[in-house]
Amino acid sequence: MPEIKLPQNKVDQLLAICKEHGNQEGELINILHKAQQLFGYLPDKVQCIVAKELGIPVSKVYGVVSFYSFFTMKPKGEHPISVCMGTACYVRGSERILDEFKRLLNINIGETTPDGKFSLDSLRCVGACGLAPVVLVGEKVYGRVTPADVERIIKEFE
Amino acid sequence: MEKISLQIDQHQIETERGTTIIEAARKSGIEIPALCYMNLEGMCIKNQPSSCRICVVEVEGRRNLAPACATKCENGMKVRTSSMRVLNARKTVMELILSDHPHDCLICAKSGSCQLQGLTNKLRIREVPFEGERNRFEKEVSPSIIRDMNKCIYCRRCETMCNDVQTVGALGAVNRGFDATISPAFGNKLSDSECTFCGQCVAVCPVGALTENDYTNRLIDDLNNPRKTVIVQTAPAVRAALGEEFGFAPGTSVTGKMASALRELGFDKVFDTDFAADLTIMEEGSEVLARLNAFLSGDKSVKLPVLTSCCPAWVNFFEYQFPDMLDIPSTARSPQQMFGAIAKTWWTEKMGIKREDLTVVSIMPCLAKKYECGREEFSENGNPDVDYSISTRELAGLIKRANIDFRSLPDSDFDNPLGESTGASVIFGATGGVMEAALRTAYELHTGMPLAKLDFEEVRGLQGIKRAVVDMNGFELKVGIAHGLGNARKLLNEIRRGESVYHVIEIMACPGGCIGGGGQPLHRGNSAVLKARSNALYEEDRSKPLRKSHENPYIIKLYEDFLGKPLSEKAHHLLHTHYFNKSK
Repeated sequence: MPEIKLPQNKVDQLLAICKEHGNQEGELINILHKAQQLFGYLPDKVQCIVAKELGIPVSKVYGVVSFYSFFTMKPKGEHPISVCMGTACYVRGSERILDEFKRLLNINIGETTPDGKFSLDSLRCVGACGLAPVVLVGEKVYGRVTPADVERIIKEFE
Repeated sequence: MEKISLQIDQHQIETERGTTIIEAARKSGIEIPALCYMNLEGMCIKNQPSSCRICVVEVEGRRNLAPACATKCENGMKVRTSSMRVLNARKTVMELILSDHPHDCLICAKSGSCQLQGLTNKLRIREVPFEGERNRFEKEVSPSIIRDMNKCIYCRRCETMCNDVQTVGALGAVNRGFDATISPAFGNKLSDSECTFCGQCVAVCPVGALTENDYTNRLIDDLNNPRKTVIVQTAPAVRAALGEEFGFAPGTSVTGKMASALRELGFDKVFDTDFAADLTIMEEGSEVLARLNAFLSGDKSVKLPVLTSCCPAWVNFFEYQFPDMLDIPSTARSPQQMFGAIAKTWWTEKMGIKREDLTVVSIMPCLAKKYECGREEFSENGNPDVDYSISTRELAGLIKRANIDFRSLPDSDFDNPLGESTGASVIFGATGGVMEAALRTAYELHTGMPLAKLDFEEVRGLQGIKRAVVDMNGFELKVGIAHGLGNARKLLNEIRRGESVYHVIEIMACPGGCIGGGGQPLHRGNSAVLKARSNALYEEDRSKPLRKSHENPYIIKLYEDFLGKPLSEKAHHLLHTHYFNKSK
């Protein structure tokens, strides 16, 4: 993994987050939530800082980060794409849509395009089953998507 | 404590409220099998994640089987530990554990001492009906420890040792579901983590997931190389435990048989690390006195307490976790390294052997010693002072492999000059032993008077932290002793906060000291075994004609012929070291 330098102002904010939570071990998950909001992901360095502030081994922090699928150690793209694989979307063909995104962006689930523009994830049900299959790009929702729509959706953000 | 009574199988048992079923059963001689459960009674630490589910029992009136390790006894309870239902469930659980465990028992390093293998045999499992997906984790080979997580059964004993007992925090549970494993942070290698190589994870691992890096094949090569002179040094704790591998009761000292076995294996000289332990006392003891005298005469640049530095895992620990205190530990090298430095200078010169033609092997109760041999500062032009170290377990294996009938070997002595030692050096292997040895010498050097009583009972025993005040003819020397890195951390935090009252502190990384080392016959957390081994060392000390390091005639000669006096320039060059900040 290439050495990443964290901007000092963000590091200061991270320290402030830890302090807000009293540097308490029991607050680890809350702190990681906020840290991920701040950085977009949780690189090694961020986890090391959190471990040091809370006085716990970094292996423990990494244990939590690697356990919960919400936490990610890879930077998300500028436009995170999520394809719903919930039951309704799945039976209406969301797997083919996901495959099309993989093919066009040339990345797998959990990865980000080299230019940092798009990342691809799957999720389970956004509660809009009437629109199945559903795709989210950032906060924007696309319903009744067909594989043929995928290219158009990507173009919107390029 | 309130007494309650319950029935386990046919036995009516009285126990204290709060006791778990597995403990109550064990106290009454009923063994309920378990793979994850581990009770470190001496340390008041338990590993009971209830993850293996082997210890399930039937409790009358309950619908489900209960894990005996996590279910507390209740008054009037009726427990069945081996009903048909229990045996069937236990068998299925084992079959599921085996469904993704490699079946390469024949060539596994733990074969014969693997608890999973033992239980498979006991339960007479002869086929595994579930053929599951297998993990393909990469095997890590570090200088000390080999980690093959494909064999892990997630008992998490290693994690308990690393985090709760040692407070090192190198190993933790990571990932989820089928990818779950025990690993340093970010999937790094042990060598890239804060691992101290103390080997306590290896000492408790029930399976072949954590084993030592075995150097015996290299040793066999060297012993068969006619161009090499191969000499051996044996650490104090080895003689108190090696016998266990040959059916002797824990606490049987096998010093003489060990020396005979090493000679039969073909070593050119059989020397003793104890000699170097006496040397360590001369150097470390003199350093303590020098620092103490400077401190008492008002020298502000001198820091107290002085910490011992014999234990390489402990050295790793403070280099990673207390880099702000690198100037506090004694600069004295460990006995293993002092031995190597003297063997490859003074002895080679005396014998007319070239440094490159001499192989120095150490037999150690320790896995960190393997790593210590490779530290760059302990070599000259790439030639290490100690070539490599093999553990007590590896030595036992080699003796068996060489068809030596260990039990009927006669006793023999170590060779001279590097095999002569005093009782003070023998007790190095038990917690408090280095302190006691140092006190015997420091007292006499400081006061110029003979010590009336050589036994310092107050620094002996398995209590986690020991404290004592020793009257040095008017001056009250305050000493502290910790074994287990978790206990060491407590004393170090006192120093960091400026609250430490001690002049000298002895620290050993492993519970019980070296006798409980990661290279010893697996102690698996049993403190009775540690107690017996430590008694064996104190017994040997009592039986020695000389019991003070500074009276060792060969040590006196070494200073006369070669080193000059303790802390001389030559002694500094060969017998002292410096430490590095390894924190990230």
